[in-house]
Amino acid sequence: MIGFEVETLIAILLGVARGATPLVFAAIGELITEKSGVLNLGVEGMMLVGAVSGFITVVVTGSPILGFFAAMLAGALLSSLFAVLVLFLHTNQVASGLSLTIFGIGLSAFFGLGYIGTPIKGLQAIHISGLSDIAIIGPLVFGHDIMVYLAFVLVAATAWFLGKSRWGMILRAVGESHHAAHAIGYPVVAIRFAAILFGGAMCGLAGAYISLIYTPMWAENMTAGRGWIALALVVFATWKPGRALIGAYLFGGVTILQLNVQSLGVDVSAHLMNMLPYIATILVLVLISRDETKIRLNAPACLGKPFRAD
Amino acid sequence: MSPEHLRLELQGITKKFPACIANDQVNFEVKPGEIHALLGENGAGKSTLVKMIYGIMQPDAGQIRWEGKNVQIDNPAMARKLGIGMVFQHFSLFESMSVLENVALGINEKGPLKDLAKRIIEVSEKYGLPLDPMRHIHTLSVGERQRVEIVRCLLQDPRLIIMDEPTSVLTPQEVDKLFVTLRSLREEGCSILYISHKLDEIKALCDRATILRAGKVVGYCDPSQESARSMAQMMVGEEIKIPAKKEGVQAGDDCLVVNNLSMSSGDVFVADLDSVSFSVKSGEIFGIAGVAGNGQNNLLSILAGERLCPDDRSILMNGRSIAHLGPQKRRKLGLAFVPEERLGHGTVPEMSLADNTVLSGHGVSDLVQMGWLRFSKAHALAKKIIEAFDVRTGGSKSEAKSLSGGNLQKFIIGRELLKNPKLLIVAQPTWGVDAGAAAAIHQALMDLRDQGCAILVVSQDLDELFAISDRIAVISNGRLSPARPSHDMSVEQVGLLMGGMFDQVDEWDEDAQR
Repeated sequence: MIGFEVETLIAILLGVARGATPLVFAAIGELITEKSGVLNLGVEGMMLVGAVSGFITVVVTGSPILGFFAAMLAGALLSSLFAVLVLFLHTNQVASGLSLTIFGIGLSAFFGLGYIGTPIKGLQAIHISGLSDIAIIGPLVFGHDIMVYLAFVLVAATAWFLGKSRWGMILRAVGESHHAAHAIGYPVVAIRFAAILFGGAMCGLAGAYISLIYTPMWAENMTAGRGWIALALVVFATWKPGRALIGAYLFGGVTILQLNVQSLGVDVSAHLMNMLPYIATILVLVLISRDETKIRLNAPACLGKPFRAD
Repeated sequence: MSPEHLRLELQGITKKFPACIANDQVNFEVKPGEIHALLGENGAGKSTLVKMIYGIMQPDAGQIRWEGKNVQIDNPAMARKLGIGMVFQHFSLFESMSVLENVALGINEKGPLKDLAKRIIEVSEKYGLPLDPMRHIHTLSVGERQRVEIVRCLLQDPRLIIMDEPTSVLTPQEVDKLFVTLRSLREEGCSILYISHKLDEIKALCDRATILRAGKVVGYCDPSQESARSMAQMMVGEEIKIPAKKEGVQAGDDCLVVNNLSMSSGDVFVADLDSVSFSVKSGEIFGIAGVAGNGQNNLLSILAGERLCPDDRSILMNGRSIAHLGPQKRRKLGLAFVPEERLGHGTVPEMSLADNTVLSGHGVSDLVQMGWLRFSKAHALAKKIIEAFDVRTGGSKSEAKSLSGGNLQKFIIGRELLKNPKLLIVAQPTWGVDAGAAAAIHQALMDLRDQGCAILVVSQDLDELFAISDRIAVISNGRLSPARPSHDMSVEQVGLLMGGMFDQVDEWDEDAQR
């Protein structure tokens, strides 16, 4: 009896990691984009395009690795459209980002039409003999799929990049004051272009995680609003990679938890339960980042502002 | 002097913009170890010219020679490599980053930050510019921020430093300190290209001057041999009538009274107002001096009614509380307001002058009837303003943003004056305005005062305040010093007050009385 309960608990915790990982990828991508001073609201669209490209690639080639690369490429390609619009044609970032999402929803539905219901073999969790077999800790620490670990590596690398590296400093400078950065001689537009492409690639990866691992199948609009959650996480995490990770896991955790509570037949409206992850995530992140000065210091001052070189 | 011995030489530099020619066949040269002034009014093309020397822009025609060799300066990194440094007018600093990071971003070397921090301390001590590399820019005063820019420049061992209006934001004491640094740099053989329109400073500091007017060089001179007046004439090209202040005009009753006003700025980077009290009488000009960011903007928006003040007794106009009234109701009581920012606050840039007249006047004039706009009346009023205040524009249908700074300011001030206000609040009346227009604006303000209007002028320009105000107070870190008659005050005293040393000025007074 007890063994069964532990197994259930482990399954739940593995589910939390799977729910959180796509949010981490998308949030980190958007965080880098926003740190450069560009607000890209097209996260949801880029995730869907990544999801469908990854899925089709796996159906055709059978290789999940190729699938993830195809998804990153597709996300980056779509974001380059946005980059050209806002950086060279100086369109409004909010409107362009929203259009990108709507465009991405349509585009992914169009290309995915023939693949609805096609089965694929999802990427399996890694198994390190010995380590993964240790009771309880084994599956929890060593029993995830490779992307879960990659997400952690990405967060650490991003934190290091922004805080310690010269290029990270330049990226923050461009987001802080594009006029000053330009006057000192940094190529503002090129740096923002690169940041947008990175953001697109990460969103594509996040989408592919959903269609290849989380639920290995393709369905229209299958990201189900996770792109918007990722966007909100960036803001509530006050542009700090570590906090975005906490937020993503919190959201993933409460989502899985309330599903399990619902399946136990607790007599609370399912709609109310569905709100829980959102409320919990916002509450916790607001509480840990309520210091106004720190928010001002971390928020890119030029976020969403168009830049023209004199 | 043969060309090999010149540090910088410009030959026939020309830069065209769609709307105007910013620089037209500009020639001048800078010798090693000289402080060379670049003089001219706003819009004369000084900033464009130095942007080309620093590689931010490229000239359309002409040649730049650096230490005897023809060079093409593609970008600021290349200018820095040649030995050219620049201290910007609007500081090119990043608020949320540390001094160290700001310096690292602005130099070419890519060494470890630890070594750089040591060098910052070394250089800043050598030139008497104390700096803590770990502090964040937003915690620094304007003078300290400028130090960051100068130290960043000096770290590269420059042989030419370009300074664009370096003193416009400094207190008089800070200006003196800056000049000491600049002179010691000159002794070391460093050349300085000094841009300013403050003629007294140029007389005190510079060895030679090149004068620009409308993009062309109109003359070279030795500032020590010229008077401020003769240089001003070369800059403007015509005689300026500087309005004379009538002393001893009898002021009337208190018109605006501010009692113990304290209010948070709502912004962690800006000082909160701390028990500010003063009064402005009818028929006087009351000046508030201070370095930007010390609470002026907050005070102005509270007085204009853009931010409401919860304490009802804190703002009185002609004996009645106006603290709870919005801008429109205050206008109806006879308050007129000229904000600092002309485009976007004083006017809507994309709307015509006639429309902009309606926007601030619809409550107090007959431009609106039964909810309908009366365009013919608005155009007639706009034309009247344009004529009365000599606004140079295409007409009442011109967009506000098409006017030059000085002309737009004349229009805005004219628009407010024609409402016959009882109380006029003006922020930076002549900031970025050429000398001719500035004189006209000062004259208009003094005429209005003589008609019995109470006028509050908030300005960073001490010369301006001394020229027109009857009484002056100084705002520093959200606190306002007691007001004194301007003829009882010296520039040094105002300077100390600007630095927040209210007590020292009192001691000074006691010394004087003994």
